[in-house]
Amino acid sequence: MAGGGRVGRLDRPAIAGVLVREITNFSSYWRSTTFSSTIDPTIYLLAFGFGFGSLVSKVGGYDYVDFVGTGTVATAVLFSSVFPSMFGTFVKYSFQHTYDAILAAPVDTEEIVTGEALWISMRAGTYGCVPLLVAIAFGLGPRIDMLVVPFIAFVSGFGWASFGIMIAGLLKSIDNFNYVTSTVITPTFLVAGTFFPLSGLPQWAQVLGNFNPLHHTVELVRHAAFGWAGWADLAHLGALVLFGLVMWRLAIRALERKLIT
Amino acid sequence: MTSLHGMADLAIRLRGVVKRFGAIIAVDGLDLDVPEGTCVGLLGPNGAGKSTTMKMLTAQVIANAGELEVLGHKLPEDSKVARAQMGVVPQLDNLDTTLTVEQNLRVFAHLYRLGRAERGPAIERALQIANLTQRRSAKVDELSGGMRRRLLIARGLVHQPRLLLLDEPTVGLDPQVRQELWALIDALRSEGTSILMSTHYIEEAQRLADTVTIMSHGKAIARGRPAELVVQHAGHEVLEVYGPPARLAVVEQEAAAAGMRTRRTGTSVALMGVESSNGDLPDGVRRAANLEDVFVLLTGEEVA
Repeated sequence: MAGGGRVGRLDRPAIAGVLVREITNFSSYWRSTTFSSTIDPTIYLLAFGFGFGSLVSKVGGYDYVDFVGTGTVATAVLFSSVFPSMFGTFVKYSFQHTYDAILAAPVDTEEIVTGEALWISMRAGTYGCVPLLVAIAFGLGPRIDMLVVPFIAFVSGFGWASFGIMIAGLLKSIDNFNYVTSTVITPTFLVAGTFFPLSGLPQWAQVLGNFNPLHHTVELVRHAAFGWAGWADLAHLGALVLFGLVMWRLAIRALERKLIT
Repeated sequence: MTSLHGMADLAIRLRGVVKRFGAIIAVDGLDLDVPEGTCVGLLGPNGAGKSTTMKMLTAQVIANAGELEVLGHKLPEDSKVARAQMGVVPQLDNLDTTLTVEQNLRVFAHLYRLGRAERGPAIERALQIANLTQRRSAKVDELSGGMRRRLLIARGLVHQPRLLLLDEPTVGLDPQVRQELWALIDALRSEGTSILMSTHYIEEAQRLADTVTIMSHGKAIARGRPAELVVQHAGHEVLEVYGPPARLAVVEQEAAAAGMRTRRTGTSVALMGVESSNGDLPDGVRRAANLEDVFVLLTGEEVA
């Protein structure tokens, strides 16, 4: 009965098995996750949009509420991918020993990482749209091109989910996540052009911003909402795909070193 | 040592397997055979290398040297194919606690690649084997320790594996639950499932295993059928001599001088193989020799 079918690397059935496990587990906690993933970016949008919006009417040629509404999509993607992957992976490894159970089945680390990153990025693709919908409710004009936003959020979410898995694979203690949050995630979140344009920053910060995958997410979402920028958008998409691929391979390597001795 | 089973097909074949963790040698040149359709007990004290051996069989630990074959597949290269045909019951409970009994089994039916039409019957069968049909909708965190352990076994059996790895299957359970699980494992063995079971419970190995391999410091130091090992190392009868420590020390000295093997049991000294003794023996209680005597004699460790 067991062991039917071809067994190779990056098997579709193995990845599907990991996804089924994630989806089945999600059925027990989707309410709380959906609540925080929906409410958090909405609060950011309302606080920044209407707080700063009362002081600043236009930024980069856009109404400030629209500027922040589109930027907050990237924030939602970041928060709904990097934190679940970092903490989820660590908890499954250290406390629940879930990976020991999965690796006893015909599933390899490569498929675990791929399945989990895909699942988290699907969620990021969904939750990432919430701020955009809220912004539309507050006056952002809808465009047909906005339909690509879930895809942009998915690609960006895949990279950030893989980044989170890599960090969980590298660090020995869950307390050490604070260092990553303070030194990587917070600066990434702030210097992405979400709440203010990078053009107002010093030259060195603008250069660094171009290496920030979240900045590319912000730019793509904004262009989907306000109008495409041609080749520049292809470059933004290329940067996100590259970020995703590099992080995916690094996450596999980091988790493999942790799980296979 | 040569195989006890001649040319029988082997579910597991290990030759000269070595695993080092830095300066520590966890497994040191281990040879191990598990003939198809038999239950082999891997007996040893904590730190003997049993769990490392188990993890090498699922390629979660990679050997530094030696040959490993599971169901005819070489490890670690073909581990994934081998894992598709074996079930694993881990020492640590790693069930998904927020899921129901049935959901846990369904997830693993997917992970073991059962087809859509196979999953339902496979889950029903696993629930029946583990006697959990009535609790199928219960969440795992509502189950007792014994039920969780039965669910772990059901999960390892959901795809009807040819080989089952049981890592300390009854550790931490009360005697009643332990006996329930013994009946379950015995039934699996009767149906022809090959089983490798690591344990440090002597009685468990004696009751369930066709053959036992005793491990100490990463090496296999004895192997054979439990009854044969007992006769070979501890004879047929043991004399338990009780008394104050000074008296026990004298008994040990006299027994050693007479060429008898002894072991301390805390409150007594046990003299092995007294059925063949011609000399005077001290007063004591006679009993049949058992696998615990062999275990302590060979490993120098008390039983947990």
